[in-house]
Amino acid sequence: MHIIDRRLNPGGKSFANRQRFLRRAKDLVQRAVRESAKDRGVEDIEQSGEVSIPVDGIREPSFRRAAGGKRDLVLPGNKDYVEGDLIERSPGGKGRGGGSGAGSGDGGEDQFRFVLTREEFLNIFLDDLELPDLAKQRMAEVETHGLRRAGYTTTGSPANLALQRTLQISLARRIALGRPKSAEVEALQRAIAEASVEAEGEEPGVRAALSLELETLERRRARIPYIDPLDLRYRRYEPYPKPVVQAVMFCLMDVSGSMTEGMKDIAKRFFMLLHVFLTRRYKHVDVVFIRHTDRAEEVDEDTFFHSTETGGTLVSSALAEMKRVVAERYDPSAWNIYAAQASDGDNSASDSDRTGQLLSREILPLCQYFAYLEVGDPMGHPLGFMQHSRETSLWHTYAALAAAGAKFEMRRVSRREDIYPVFRQLFQKRGAAQGASP
Amino acid sequence: MTTIAGADDLLFQGNDWDFSTIQRIHDTVADIAEKDLKLSTYPNQIEIITAEQMLDAYASIGMPLFYKHWSFGKRFAQHESVYRKGLMGLAYEIVINSNPCISYIMEENSATMQTLVIAHAAFGHNHFFKNNYQFRQWTDPDGILDYLSFAKAYIASCEERYGHAAVERLLDAAHALMNQGVHRYPGKKSLDLMNEERRERERDAERERMYNDLWRTVPRGPASKRRVLDDRRRALLGLPQENVLYFLEKTAPKLKPWQREILRIVRLIAQYFYPQQQTKVMNEGCATWIHYQIMTTLHERGRIDDGSFLEFLTSHTNVVRQPLYTDPHYSGINPYALGYDMMCDIVRIANEPTEEDRAWFPDLAGRGDATEALKDIWANYRDESFIAQYLSPRLIRKWRLFHIEDDPDKPHLEVSAIHDERGYRNIRRMLARQHDIGRITPDIQVVDVDLDGNRRLMLHHRVLDGGLLEPEEAARVLQHLADLWGYDVLLKEVDPGTLTVLEEHAASARDGVIV
Repeated sequence: MHIIDRRLNPGGKSFANRQRFLRRAKDLVQRAVRESAKDRGVEDIEQSGEVSIPVDGIREPSFRRAAGGKRDLVLPGNKDYVEGDLIERSPGGKGRGGGSGAGSGDGGEDQFRFVLTREEFLNIFLDDLELPDLAKQRMAEVETHGLRRAGYTTTGSPANLALQRTLQISLARRIALGRPKSAEVEALQRAIAEASVEAEGEEPGVRAALSLELETLERRRARIPYIDPLDLRYRRYEPYPKPVVQAVMFCLMDVSGSMTEGMKDIAKRFFMLLHVFLTRRYKHVDVVFIRHTDRAEEVDEDTFFHSTETGGTLVSSALAEMKRVVAERYDPSAWNIYAAQASDGDNSASDSDRTGQLLSREILPLCQYFAYLEVGDPMGHPLGFMQHSRETSLWHTYAALAAAGAKFEMRRVSRREDIYPVFRQLFQKRGAAQGASP
Repeated sequence: MTTIAGADDLLFQGNDWDFSTIQRIHDTVADIAEKDLKLSTYPNQIEIITAEQMLDAYASIGMPLFYKHWSFGKRFAQHESVYRKGLMGLAYEIVINSNPCISYIMEENSATMQTLVIAHAAFGHNHFFKNNYQFRQWTDPDGILDYLSFAKAYIASCEERYGHAAVERLLDAAHALMNQGVHRYPGKKSLDLMNEERRERERDAERERMYNDLWRTVPRGPASKRRVLDDRRRALLGLPQENVLYFLEKTAPKLKPWQREILRIVRLIAQYFYPQQQTKVMNEGCATWIHYQIMTTLHERGRIDDGSFLEFLTSHTNVVRQPLYTDPHYSGINPYALGYDMMCDIVRIANEPTEEDRAWFPDLAGRGDATEALKDIWANYRDESFIAQYLSPRLIRKWRLFHIEDDPDKPHLEVSAIHDERGYRNIRRMLARQHDIGRITPDIQVVDVDLDGNRRLMLHHRVLDGGLLEPEEAARVLQHLADLWGYDVLLKEVDPGTLTVLEEHAASARDGVIV
């Protein structure tokens, strides 16, 4: 008898099957994930979760008998029936016991429920979202370079000498030009030596002829070198642009008294969604929180979301702070910079011009993408807010910018449920979504 | 028999176990199995696995290695979500019909449960696998693991060469026909050449002896000639053929060699599981009866303490519980309960028969060596024949079985037999029929191919008691069948008595799906 402990075997034996299953049911799962994301809080978005999909697309058919026809059932537990009793047909009562007898199994089920892991959920959830202008930015402005092998060159440093290739070419040249082999020369020398031993003085003509031949060979060998500078080949390296795989995300938020807790909650959801999204795309993501009233400061996450400040509202102060942080720590050539600003739209009238200029001249050229989210009061009349949009001062300032450049997008949102659709609009793959965004 | 009781003799104390405990349990159980019950088993291999690995094993029908297909992923997802919610417990073990016999046991089991599981799987099922005629006839326990590993590698290499999608479509189609991919009767062995020649000579001699010139003058109509041709064509194709996958593998005109090989893999695996489907009651009954004997013996000899024995009894009674039909938990006859009760009943009949038993089971009643009688039964029956032969009136009374006829043409259901003198035979026959695989899976056969015309493949479903196929499912399976065949397919549902066609399904091959 053998006992084998399999517990330490690598797990996930079903992983490949699971992937095949998800691929098979991709459309259905995607739809189900969207549906379930609506009901989820953003905190839960990163969790694994159960989804249910219609069983139609993943059916495994087989020949089965339908419910009709004459059936015989043998059941245990007779209480008071005697032979010949007639039983009324009722859809609920006797039929149930019969169903299992005919082996109809779970055929009636029309929803298939199962649990997706966090990875799978996020992959599907963010599947058709794209970071805006990511590719373009890489091509145009990427600064770091890597080196990779790219064939051979005739010049280079000795360290890069490609020995094998050099010898191949030298061999080809030697054959082509007919350089005498050393074996030939040796054979000739031996023949001369033999001739001198055997025919001492007898027939000097033979020896002389051999010597002459040897001389010709030697001369030829000297003229055609074993390795010629022409043969030399060096390994060639070519620089190629290396994509920057780190990103920094700036979260800018107005924390003045006019922002209620509900509005902050919406903003927080948006920031978290953006963070999840960036971490899927970049190896390394930094987050910088900047809050502002009439002056701005960089804070940690907890302070950012939870402490309140009082004061007026100067949006430009936050932009200036962001510019300072970028200059200090995040070189735009090495970092992908994303910024998301959330505000209720209040800004003091005198600040509008300065904000607009700062954004268009200083901030936008640094950024990959700048998203502005205007948060309405969730307690307020949502429909009214959405419909005849009371134009806030900040919205007014930014609207002009949005019309001009593609790097900048702005949306309004006033209810939690709207966060995800708005987020999708902001990051939908370009081209596919042109029609969708208003 | 040594019966020295004492704490030193206990195999284990408490719930914990380690490998030496398992070894000790196995050796003690093996001792009882060999010396007291005289079982004959394959050598055992016991593998300890986690819950997650158990779920993995569930998804691939319990086999340790299996090819990849999305449907296994679906099954895994399903089991997992049900398990996570706590709606379903996992099995304590899975046992594989292989040589050596592999039993998976869960790490969460207590020491008592491990003992039970080893007795149940590593000896009960193991003995059944090794001795039952169905398994001996249809399975190859020495080669199954090698074959599965070949199948897995072969299908993986096909996926690489021909693409995931092509292999997936082929497997989808093959899986749909899996139930129609088994041989139900052992084939005739082909004669060797020498015998063939001898018979040919004998036939010639007979023909010469019987020759009468008069037969030449008998007119022969064109119709009969036609029929001879038909018969000949069918015979050449081996028709009628109930193993649809086999037929396709051998004769489907457009399949490529690798596709035929994959059909073969699916069909051989279906064949391997075929005996299990028709011996559920016996297999579980045998294993349950054996584990009960072994656990009781262990307790009697003081190798497990009273606490463990009670723990065992709790789980044993859970397993053999049969809810009554009025119970909300009723979901058909529990094969463990029926099997175990029948085994116990047979022991009773062999040892202390009543007058009734003597009348019903003259060979068995009072025979004495009950274990030998059981072993003979385990070796030579399957569920249907086992129940038809050995369900005793006493057990029918104990279970209070009754038979209901559900004829859709009549306004009422009718109770046609109960547990009384007039009903025993009827109930026994009907219960046996419920376990007859020939009645559970529809009888579908390839009957003909239109070789002269459009190559249409014709199949018949021999309808039993008016039970037609579920039309939607049938259409889907037929579509798969047509894709494999490459031309049109027609399935007629035929009443076997009157030969009238009750229903027709047709499908045409879609280009490029499989061939």
